[in-house]
Amino acid sequence: MKAIVTVMLKKGVLDPQGEAVKFALGGLGFLGVNGVRQGKMIELDLADGTDTAQVDEMCTRLLVNAVIESYTLEIL
Amino acid sequence: MRAAVVVFPGSNCDRDMVVALRESGADVTTVWHKDADLPVNLDLVVIPGGFSFGDYLRCGAIAAQSPICRSVVNHANRGGYVLGICNGFQVLTETGLVPGALMRNSGLNFLCKTVHLIVETADSAFTSGYVQGTEIQVPIAHHDGNYFATDAELAGLRDEDRVAFSYSDNPNGSCDAIAGVLSSNRRVLGMMPHPERAMEPEMGSTDGQALFRALVGQTITA
Repeated sequence: MKAIVTVMLKKGVLDPQGEAVKFALGGLGFLGVNGVRQGKMIELDLADGTDTAQVDEMCTRLLVNAVIESYTLEIL
Repeated sequence: MRAAVVVFPGSNCDRDMVVALRESGADVTTVWHKDADLPVNLDLVVIPGGFSFGDYLRCGAIAAQSPICRSVVNHANRGGYVLGICNGFQVLTETGLVPGALMRNSGLNFLCKTVHLIVETADSAFTSGYVQGTEIQVPIAHHDGNYFATDAELAGLRDEDRVAFSYSDNPNGSCDAIAGVLSSNRRVLGMMPHPERAMEPEMGSTDGQALFRALVGQTITA
């Protein structure tokens, strides 16, 4: 089984990298880009039957810093 | 004072830190990140600057889970002194020993220059050698030094007088221009600037000396 963890900066936390990407898109002539937020995706290859709660614990204990980041977990 | 400097793969300020502590009168040793235990009768643990584990995942996140860091947390919980500089500050936030997180500099550039810091409190073993409100000059060298904490945490830090240093000209976008914070028992300090690089006239500043001299003067064993 696989799990996909999508990590994003929390709403309200300034994302300087997203702002830089937005600026660069404007420089290329793309109009109407109102905002860019940059995050990361982590793909976990897991033993079949791994408990979802355990995957959630992986997120909270290591993969995500709850001070600045939020995440979504998708089990495939 | 007995001090230990923790060395991770990617640490690069460990030897400067050993010299700064030794010159200030401490009995210093280094410990490798895979060591599970710290030396006995230790007063101070220092997590030095660098790029531990290549800054993978998040700065300091992997180092914070290493065997030695469990001992560092136990040392702090026993009331021992812990100092984290630059990447060491990032590691301390990841362990939860000090609040907040360090994000990418707001201007996105790696910053390497000497900055002016304001000593916000003299009420700690680390800052008792300074006069509150004094400006000192200390170098910074970081890409991820943009301090973030929630409004509630920031209010708490201010109320408890736990902001140790702030930038006079906020170079990286830090909340409240914070450069260094103390734990609630005031025995753990995390800061982005490098006092160990401000120890000799040849370095351009000697303003780091007061921090190490004051700290080494503490002899309480955890």
